[in-house]
Amino acid sequence: MKKYIFKRLGMSIVTIWAVVTITFFLMHSVPGDPFRKEGKMSPAVYENLLEKYGLDKSYPEQYMIYLTNLLKGDFGDSMKSKVETVNDMITRGFPVSAYLGVEALLIAIVFGPALGALAALYQNKVPDYIAMIVAIIGISVPSFIMGTMFIQFIAKNINWLPIGGWGEFKHTILPAIALSMMPLAYMARLMRSSMLEVLGQDYIKTAQSKGISKAAVVLKHAVRNAILPIVSVLGTLISNLLVGSFVIEKIFGIPGLGALFVQSITNRDYTLIMGTTIFYAIVLIGMLFLVDLAYMAIDPRIKLTGEGR
Amino acid sequence: MENLLEVKNLAVSFKTFFGEVEAVRNISFSVKDSQTVAIVGESGCGKSVTANSIMQLLPMPPAFFKGGEIWFEGENLLKKTDKEMQKIRGNKMSMIFQDPMTSLNPTIRVGKQIVEGLIHHHGISKQEAEEKALEMLRLVSVPQPEKRIKQYPHEFSGGMRQRVMIALAMVSDPKLIIADEPTTALDVTVQAQILELMREIQKERGMSIILITHDLGIVAEMSDKVVVMYAGQIIEEGNTKEIFENTKHPYTAKLLKSVPRLDMDKNEPLHSIEGTPPDLYIPPLGCPFYDRCDKAMKICKDNMPDEENHSPTHKSRCWLNHPLAKDQERRSS
Repeated sequence: MKKYIFKRLGMSIVTIWAVVTITFFLMHSVPGDPFRKEGKMSPAVYENLLEKYGLDKSYPEQYMIYLTNLLKGDFGDSMKSKVETVNDMITRGFPVSAYLGVEALLIAIVFGPALGALAALYQNKVPDYIAMIVAIIGISVPSFIMGTMFIQFIAKNINWLPIGGWGEFKHTILPAIALSMMPLAYMARLMRSSMLEVLGQDYIKTAQSKGISKAAVVLKHAVRNAILPIVSVLGTLISNLLVGSFVIEKIFGIPGLGALFVQSITNRDYTLIMGTTIFYAIVLIGMLFLVDLAYMAIDPRIKLTGEGR
Repeated sequence: MENLLEVKNLAVSFKTFFGEVEAVRNISFSVKDSQTVAIVGESGCGKSVTANSIMQLLPMPPAFFKGGEIWFEGENLLKKTDKEMQKIRGNKMSMIFQDPMTSLNPTIRVGKQIVEGLIHHHGISKQEAEEKALEMLRLVSVPQPEKRIKQYPHEFSGGMRQRVMIALAMVSDPKLIIADEPTTALDVTVQAQILELMREIQKERGMSIILITHDLGIVAEMSDKVVVMYAGQIIEEGNTKEIFENTKHPYTAKLLKSVPRLDMDKNEPLHSIEGTPPDLYIPPLGCPFYDRCDKAMKICKDNMPDEENHSPTHKSRCWLNHPLAKDQERRSS
């Protein structure tokens, strides 16, 4: 087990290094740079700016400088924001996005699999149809439509909750629900099909033959085996929710991390592009590791070892 | 001896998209205390549906009882509610399934699976449960039971898992065990061990066994009584000796002939019964075996023969039993 964790850690570092390298050179291979578009700028100023951010050096040189800074945990200065470093921007945006993400995640994890399990238990009956209609709406209605509809009907027409903004719990409710719809629906569908498969297994019949109650058969025998596919998609899902959604944050005016991703690209803010990408990669790799550990806890047949298979 | 179980005119059908499938059609048989009754027949003849009807483990719908009664210890099981049935299932009667590789829950420790039913029925403490699990594993001769109860099914071999299944079925000391092809998924040597084990436990505990199989070799070894099913009906029934030595129905005869023997010539092809059983969407009017029977007569096609008693325990359903049969024109096959 220890061996596995160390091996996994080493692999993660290699992966992150690969992400850094590929992003760095891809980013620089795109024509233009952060300052070229800025209207009337005298060549002298432009040269100075390049020099200040080290962009006049050769790519390998810049790359080495970036790597050494990264090892110290420094993502560098933003090339657009005059007041904040990239580290500042991430530490400001991430807690907001993560708070919203965790809330959405809780909604999705509680209701998604439950809805799916219910649908499977009452296959082709009313609860199944209701659950699947909810799931189809959740998957096919884009979050910006969901968000704007919430604002129109719940926030504006009946005035229950604020239209947007950030600061109190009531500000988080609508965006969290809007954000949770897609993963909720996805998990419901996944749970339904995996539950149907498990309910057809022989060991479910064995459990029934013991004379235990229907609820015990479902809760003790079916759910634990059916939850595995959900756990496996959870890694990507959680990291996506944690780092925030550009669309939802834009609609509800939330100062999260999501906006930074888009801004960094449109502004060619090299350091911010690198910072957000690497941050996302770290979160994703961490989550995938946790998912593998959870897998092992749920299914005893899965053993994580340092050796290859 | 008292009848522990009595099945009377049981009829079970399945509703499907294309219509009703009459899987079991009016069967009656009984099981006495400490008796082993074998139900034999080809795939799809209704053996497993019969077994699952007794346990009431059929998925309903699509399955439904069309008629009949199942008397167990003086009570009609078909009149029982789900809740009442749960008290009997895994307590007074239990079941061993065909494939031990898939019949145990892969994510629960073996010891816990064995005693789960017992905990539910009798509410015993954790410690008692563990002792009971140990006792059961010793009963089915699983080595190192202290270590084994904490393991998961994937750490067991096929034969060991079937032992666990037997332990699981035996834990509540049931009156009746239904074994649905308990050795089909095992190789021959392990098969022999499992059968031997079941016989020993039966001798010790005295429960009745319904053994469902298509392997007549097992039947000869294990059972006191044989019920031969074909197309959802019982076509012959009798003591094992009567069935093997005084075979009455051509289908039984053909089944017996298709058992491979060690003393067979190497080049002799294995016998098989040609054709397939009839479609039970539209069960045939006459004898269902008519199409495949080489002794079939004209009358067989549209008329179902009545049950004929050959001895107090032996009966069959075949027109050949009829006194006039010898004069009838035989269909040449």
